[in-house]
Amino acid sequence: MKHLLSINDLDVQSALSVMNLALEMQQVNAREVKKLPALNGRTVANLFFEDSTRTRFSFELAAKRLSADVVNFSAKGSSVSKGESLKDTVQTIEAMGVEALIVRHHHSGAAKTIANSDWSKSIVINAGDGTHEHPTQALLDALTIRQRLKGKANSGDLAGLRVLIVGDILHSRVARSNCLLLRLLGASVGLCGPATLIPNDAMKLADSVYFNLDEALAHNFDVVMMLRMQRERMNSAFIPSETEYATLWGLTESRFNSLSNDTLIMHPGPMNRGLEISSTAADSAQSAILEQVTNGVAVRMAVLYKLLAKESSLS
Amino acid sequence: MKKTMFTLKNVQLANGEVCDVVIEDEYIKAVGQSMNEGELIDCSGLIALQGFVDLHTHLREPGFEQSETILTGSRAAAKGGFTAVHAMANTMPVADNAAVVEQVYALGKSAGYVQVQPIGAVTLGLNGVQLADLGKMNASKANVTVFSDDGKCVNDSLVMRRALEYVKAFDGVVAQHAQDPALTIGAQMNEGELSLKLGLTGWPAVAETAIIARDVLLAEQVQSKLHVCHVSTKGSVEIIRWAKSKGIKVTAEVTPHHLLLTEKLTSDYNPIFKVNPPLRTDEDVQALREAVADGTIDIVATDHAPHPADSKDCEWGEAAFGMIGLETAAAIVKTTLVDTGLISWSRFEEVLSTNPARIGKLRDQGQQIAEGNFANLTLMDARKVFSVSSNSESKSANNPFLGHELSGEIIHTIYKGVFTVKNSAIQRLGDK
Repeated sequence: MKHLLSINDLDVQSALSVMNLALEMQQVNAREVKKLPALNGRTVANLFFEDSTRTRFSFELAAKRLSADVVNFSAKGSSVSKGESLKDTVQTIEAMGVEALIVRHHHSGAAKTIANSDWSKSIVINAGDGTHEHPTQALLDALTIRQRLKGKANSGDLAGLRVLIVGDILHSRVARSNCLLLRLLGASVGLCGPATLIPNDAMKLADSVYFNLDEALAHNFDVVMMLRMQRERMNSAFIPSETEYATLWGLTESRFNSLSNDTLIMHPGPMNRGLEISSTAADSAQSAILEQVTNGVAVRMAVLYKLLAKESSLS
Repeated sequence: MKKTMFTLKNVQLANGEVCDVVIEDEYIKAVGQSMNEGELIDCSGLIALQGFVDLHTHLREPGFEQSETILTGSRAAAKGGFTAVHAMANTMPVADNAAVVEQVYALGKSAGYVQVQPIGAVTLGLNGVQLADLGKMNASKANVTVFSDDGKCVNDSLVMRRALEYVKAFDGVVAQHAQDPALTIGAQMNEGELSLKLGLTGWPAVAETAIIARDVLLAEQVQSKLHVCHVSTKGSVEIIRWAKSKGIKVTAEVTPHHLLLTEKLTSDYNPIFKVNPPLRTDEDVQALREAVADGTIDIVATDHAPHPADSKDCEWGEAAFGMIGLETAAAIVKTTLVDTGLISWSRFEEVLSTNPARIGKLRDQGQQIAEGNFANLTLMDARKVFSVSSNSESKSANNPFLGHELSGEIIHTIYKGVFTVKNSAIQRLGDK
């Protein structure tokens, strides 16, 4: 496999192999000199057509720790009608000698379009495309779950674990990639949120769907993953108000307190404290939110290594 | 003036009869056995059909000549066996006044490959608010009787009602692009499991069905004629079937691509398959095919929508909606409906010629192949199986059918007694 565009590009072996390599990368990240020479002399570009500080930082650090040269391109709202086309941008950057493109784009499928096009020869890593997928986020989430729930999970896959994802499933690329990867690794996934934000066909993506958070939480999931609520969703009549959302769908202090004390709390960030998650939950010992961030760098190192290092590949 | 005369030998008519057809100037002089007048053209093995009429073509001129011109679009139409096309109004400037429709009409006439009949906009600048000069367009040299804001839905119920009422004065018809705009903000593809998995904003079937339901009730209320453009869902078929059973004056069209392609093609985000209304499911395709067979859908219309290469060589979300289809339309209808046994050749002739000519009130078109009628004919080799290639008379190449195996090749097209296509090759019509 040349690119990482979707979790569908992975099978169990290749997913586990990335996660295991990420564990080794964590060792590097724990050292004083956090650097490997693996990608010395190689050049990767962060191609960000949508704002994202943390994902771009994470990829940039990952590439730098493998000694690659990194350049950053950001263009908000670039389009055929307004300025330079995606094709021209990609061709321009490749003409400068870049070998891998880490692409964040507001349109679903953009990374795949670049990878399939005749205008790019680069290795393409999808760093989030529209409302489609965010595969490295799912890999770092799976790694975090496996690490934190060692007693419950195998050292290998996530067989038997139960994960609840709460919030705006309709617009979430994190939810899509997580559904695919967690289920690939043997976990079962429940989805929960207001019916306006849960697609009709959600059962094709997950094992269970709940329109009531308290009912869902009563099922004692091993992991509760809260998604970021975009405040502008109110304007399209998805939800009545922020306060109603916080009340009905937020992981409030009382909901958090009612959970078993080994329920893992996750959030892909950035958080809206007080909206989808309370500070009590986010800052608790059960929260793995900062470990997700830490693991993000290791997972992205592993992906870059697998796709770029000589004699290595994801499969 | 010197008369032209030739005889098409051994053609097979839609009813199965094999005969000779003598053409003199613009007219069919005789149909019968052992006719040998003027040049003899052997048509053994070819089926002779009434020249096709497209009720829904985007010729892009004026304003978007980088995509298509009236000349190139006319040639593509002739290549596909058409002798008449209706030019949609969403040009720039919009065909919302007599001057633009007369210009389009005149350019069509000067190109000479097919009859180009302009469609007038329903509302000024397609704004959905103020009626365009419907009466003046009708009274113009272009004699417009079909009005459409195609590309946009006439969404306001009152404006739609008024338009339906207004066109009664000259027995016109409003051709609706049925798409509730609020339900389809940012819509990219059919809403369903696949749109969920691809993360593309869904275009729900109800956004089409609900507008059709409203419009047939409005047409009933004001006793006027409604035509529904590019029907794409099973639910829409059911509403139209019900409306017809009530005697409501509604006609409906389906495109070749909605008869052949499904949303599955969206999976790789290849924008060549991006179209509005979107490709739907297998179940919808099946319902649409059956609706053509049972008469619920009256015609096949291409919605030929040329776009420059750049607008398809990009990410899905930025790509233009639309696909070309004039040259492949007849073969798709033949492959999906005749070869499957769903319709006869007579029905084929109805949906591609008689009915669109009647809806568009083109008196010179859609006539039977019979003595005294205009010589608008298409000769097809029904046995010829071919793989769709990128060769095209259209100025644009956004062809979603490339590589598809279809049957039924257009061999000759004759428009008012003149070969526009002969032996599968477009003819150059002098200095016109």
